[in-house]
Amino acid sequence: MKDNSGVLTTVLVEDSGKSEVNSKKRELCALISPVVFWMVVFVAIPLLLVVGVSFLQRGIYGGIEYQVTINNYIRMFNPMYFRIIWNSVVLSFFTTIICLILGYPFAYFTARAPQKIRGMLLMLTILPYWTNSLVRTYAWIILLRTEGVINTILLNIGVITAPIPMLYNESAVLIGLVYVLFPFMVLPLYTSIEKLDRSLLEAASDLGATPLKAFFKVTLPLTKSGILAGAVMVFIPSLGYFFIPDLMGGSKGLLISNLIKNQFLTARDWPFGSAISIILIAITLIIIFLYFRNAGSKEKLEVF
Amino acid sequence: MKLCKKFWALTVILVVLGLITVLFAAGCGKTEGSKPKLASELNLFIWSEYIPQAVLDKFEQKYGIKVNQTNYSSNEEMLAKLQAGGTSQYDVAVASDYMVEIMLNQKQPIIQVIDLNNVPNLKNIDPQYRNKVFDPDNKYSVAYVCGSAVIAVNKDKIKESIKSYKDLMNPKYKNSLVVLDDERAIIGIGLKLLGYSLNETDEEKIKQAKDVVSKLIPNIKAYDSDSPKTLLINGEAAGGVVWSAEASLAKRENPNIEIIFPEEGMYLWQDNLVITQGAPHKKEAELFINFILEPEISAMISKEFPYTNPNLEARKLLDQSVLEDKSAYPPQDVLAKGEFLRDVGEATKIYDELWSELKQKIN
Repeated sequence: MKDNSGVLTTVLVEDSGKSEVNSKKRELCALISPVVFWMVVFVAIPLLLVVGVSFLQRGIYGGIEYQVTINNYIRMFNPMYFRIIWNSVVLSFFTTIICLILGYPFAYFTARAPQKIRGMLLMLTILPYWTNSLVRTYAWIILLRTEGVINTILLNIGVITAPIPMLYNESAVLIGLVYVLFPFMVLPLYTSIEKLDRSLLEAASDLGATPLKAFFKVTLPLTKSGILAGAVMVFIPSLGYFFIPDLMGGSKGLLISNLIKNQFLTARDWPFGSAISIILIAITLIIIFLYFRNAGSKEKLEVF
Repeated sequence: MKLCKKFWALTVILVVLGLITVLFAAGCGKTEGSKPKLASELNLFIWSEYIPQAVLDKFEQKYGIKVNQTNYSSNEEMLAKLQAGGTSQYDVAVASDYMVEIMLNQKQPIIQVIDLNNVPNLKNIDPQYRNKVFDPDNKYSVAYVCGSAVIAVNKDKIKESIKSYKDLMNPKYKNSLVVLDDERAIIGIGLKLLGYSLNETDEEKIKQAKDVVSKLIPNIKAYDSDSPKTLLINGEAAGGVVWSAEASLAKRENPNIEIIFPEEGMYLWQDNLVITQGAPHKKEAELFINFILEPEISAMISKEFPYTNPNLEARKLLDQSVLEDKSAYPPQDVLAKGEFLRDVGEATKIYDELWSELKQKIN
């Protein structure tokens, strides 16, 4: 069938003459050229620059010296850097899992809520994000610190006798990341749960499935694409948010994002910083590749 | 075909609109610029919590020049941002002694000569803060304030007597200190403990120093150069190594804070106002530097941020209590034991690398 229609179009086009073909081509060029221009200027050139710099050497005081080397990559074969990458991936993984556990019920009830309050619930998810994320991070610091709001309340009502150290450790970073990235999980989940055909659930219950079984056999598999989309949208940015570990983790440089930031701002080793960035991009690409493979056909993709 | 036309029409409209905006903006700029000789803004690059907003407001009131303040939290960060974004993005920057030296030692110096004819208030600066080794003819820099890195301890939380950096390594203080997020200051602790100079260039010795400092790492709760006093005041940190004025500000809020001059010798510094190479507002920059050196203005700065004020005329205007603040005006014998930083040349790379490694250590 497909082949036939292709032939048919060709015949039609040939019939209406060459000028038509040319103008179609021109139209296509006109439509594509802004996108190409955008991609070249804002994606390809900066990326090539980073790749290029990662093979050069740093000057004494920073900057770049134009001598080609692969030392920046060799330097990364150090257990310390492997541990940092591993720590980052683990932390991002837990951020994603916690976002999913908290976000799924939230998205589920939002999508199942009456039309009237659904909009409001979604609005409430997004509303805090109209404030600067730094300000919101500082709010968390006030809540979590040793003599902060939470510890003071718990001490006063006698639940604890000594303040719990909640700030400047890994769990603080985890809280911060989950908080900042939460809507990125909820929104794709909401879309896929809302689209779910309810008659399928009715059919499941007619066939004797308990609600729990129907959830695991019908709802969950059918919203898999939303889960995957949400997971990717949380996991990838969480690898790059350096200000959360800086502010809530006490700037102790636990993650790959801080390592990169330190290379550019304190150590002034741009080539090494670029090399680590390339590694981060590689990790991201692998994840996106896995995502595309698991999400199956294009129609099922919620984002991208 | 239709789509194509629409696209081109849209492009043309956008281009025309853009041109109109540009021309309009240029026209406005000209008419504005022709009346007063001075520009209407000045870009200042300075440490965070280092200049009161009131000072900037007064400058704007007096000259009609708005000062845009951008902050950094270490000399290295400042240098990196100037290198990355070009020096002409700021007019006036504040750089410590060794950083002035580094900025001058570049193939293309990052700072330029200040026309001292426009800075008559330089006479107010105590001669001992002029013509220093990093700028022998005092051509490129003008002293802003001076200070040191001191040990601050909350007596409520740390009962033992602390005299030296070594005492901070006590495992009892695990995860309870706040220290400066500053490579030369923190690696310097190790150098001083080993009896070396803060300006050591020998790789082996710097590595030894790093190994010594790594014993302090488990005790570090947070790195903070911007406002370590916050952690000391709110009880988050039991003590730490912080800038002198941060320690005295913390003491004002919490009298239990004790300031200690480490017996190994302190890290001393002098911060300076410099004008960047290619600064778009050089005249205004000189005007601003002269303004900062006015006794009343300089005194305002010292009242809010109690560092050592090198301005003799300003000191006359300060309360006795400010002048008696030992962390701002340490005794002579303490100063004599202290050391200023110098540019360490090639060894900068070693400090940078070791600092990255230290900061990646996980408690």
